[in-house]
Amino acid sequence: MRLQAAGVKLGYGDRLIVDGLDLGIEAGTVTTIIGPNGCGKSTLLRALGRLLKPQGGEVLLDGKRIDRIPTREVAKILGMLPQAPTAPEGLTVADLVARGRHPHQTWYRQWSSDDEGAVAAALDMTGLADLAERPLDELSGGQRQRAWISMALAQGTDLLLLDEPTTFLDLAHQVEVLELVRHLHEEAGRTVVMVLHDLNLAARYADRLVAMRAGRVIASGTPHEVLTEDLLREVFELDAKIIADPVAGTPLVVPIRPLSHPAP
Amino acid sequence: MSATAVAPRLHDLRGRRFTVLLVLFASVAVAVVLSITIGSKSVPPADAWHALTAPTGTENDIVIRSLRVPRTVLGVLAGLALGVAGALMQGHTRNPLADPGLLGVTQGAAFAMVSSIILFGASSLLVYIWFGLVGALVASVAVFALGMAGGRGGPTPVTLALAGTAVSALLYALTSAIVLLDEQAMDVFRFWQAGSIAARGGDVVWQVLPFILAGLVLAMVNAPGLNALSLGEDVARSLGQNIPMTRAVGVAAVTLLSGAAVAACGSLAFVGLIVPHLARPLSGTDHRWLLPYSGLIGAALLLVADVIGRVVAPPGELEVGVVLALLGAPFFVALVRRRKPVRL
Repeated sequence: MRLQAAGVKLGYGDRLIVDGLDLGIEAGTVTTIIGPNGCGKSTLLRALGRLLKPQGGEVLLDGKRIDRIPTREVAKILGMLPQAPTAPEGLTVADLVARGRHPHQTWYRQWSSDDEGAVAAALDMTGLADLAERPLDELSGGQRQRAWISMALAQGTDLLLLDEPTTFLDLAHQVEVLELVRHLHEEAGRTVVMVLHDLNLAARYADRLVAMRAGRVIASGTPHEVLTEDLLREVFELDAKIIADPVAGTPLVVPIRPLSHPAP
Repeated sequence: MSATAVAPRLHDLRGRRFTVLLVLFASVAVAVVLSITIGSKSVPPADAWHALTAPTGTENDIVIRSLRVPRTVLGVLAGLALGVAGALMQGHTRNPLADPGLLGVTQGAAFAMVSSIILFGASSLLVYIWFGLVGALVASVAVFALGMAGGRGGPTPVTLALAGTAVSALLYALTSAIVLLDEQAMDVFRFWQAGSIAARGGDVVWQVLPFILAGLVLAMVNAPGLNALSLGEDVARSLGQNIPMTRAVGVAAVTLLSGAAVAACGSLAFVGLIVPHLARPLSGTDHRWLLPYSGLIGAALLLVADVIGRVVAPPGELEVGVVLALLGAPFFVALVRRRKPVRL
């Protein structure tokens, strides 16, 4: 178990969003968390990435409490890309990706050949080498997202948490980003946990799905085990039909109507 | 393109940044030569060299050694300090219009100086400056503490700006009240407020030097953390950065740098506002380069403005603060109009 939440209680101030949740992430898997808006999936991801301190319970990284490991050491093991990150204007792709090397640098040794190699490799893997000197704000949404993922890759962690990496992207760019995630997993053996909204893409690109509702895990397992018509009714209050994806063979959700709207 | 092809280009970029750094060093050197040789009494470079290396007590030697050199060194120090402090301040607040005065240092220094006159009858420049320094430091600590009071996990740029504005307004009101009551305080305050590096001896340079050096070291230590912070707090924390610590070091650096510069030279915080905008097109957004570039540009700008002030209104001189405002304001307006405002 690389990453584990044990009885975590999560919230902001007095408002508790997740009340006692258990979840384990196996090494070398792509896990996708799904659930309706406000179900606590981003909150959970932030806690797994030690951006949010649990009010109860604990998060374990490789069996050790994550809040007891120096944050810089965690940053060498676990990379996290929050939802819709913003960069200062004029920041170039190469500069952004180079900042992923931050945890490996000390104030007296700011740049090494390791850093240079990691940045070049990350740019290469995301296909951004030719755009390295372009400012981020001149790129398309998909390219920009790839640049942020490159930054997380340059960080050199084998655990990656991605919070809605496909938000604001059109379908082609969503697939482009998820193909990159698959590539990272298959070629580089990285463990990925992400939050996604699109259930069909989630089913196609994840080894394991975790379905959440109101701060609780309702189901977890392979996409075939999790994505059932019953589950969609329970978690999303959606009447839907599940068929086999004609391309990948994974479950494909065909929505019929929300449960709150009775049939005409 | 393969990884092996990207690496040399990243390497070139770093080479280019070193070249710019050398050019900026050279411009400061040129400004230093101008500042030593030009003035109400012009000194030929050969005589200036003579005064610096083997003085024999000629009139030129005395002018150079006791007036021009301390003035020039103070100009370099204040320019460095304000340029770096301005870039730090804009980086931490992610606000392109922030200047180092935002932490209350200017009004803190002013209030402490005029208080020293009416309360302790202080009457020498060195004493004023000590009080100014302490006032700047105390005001900025108060701003930091107030900014922290509201929320958990350290002050945010917004709470800092609010606290800074409130503390500055209060101190400004008190200073105004004092100078209206006391003629000597009014006189000192008037000249201090204009902003000048003239008529301050070598002792003033030694007085502020340790503070500025300490501030410069803290600033450079802060640069990588500031780079991480400029990607947002969540990303910075994911990259392993301790955010409250980064903010505290940044505020300490700004306080030392701008506090020392302002106490010694008066309200020149405007330098800190413009200089980062000149440096950014050369350095990009990397604070490890932006901070030194801003410091060097600040030093060159301050010296050149001072030299202009010495020659435009003979036989008198215009204070450097006035020249900077006269030149800087239209320039700044043009800069803002020419490009869209930067988002930091």
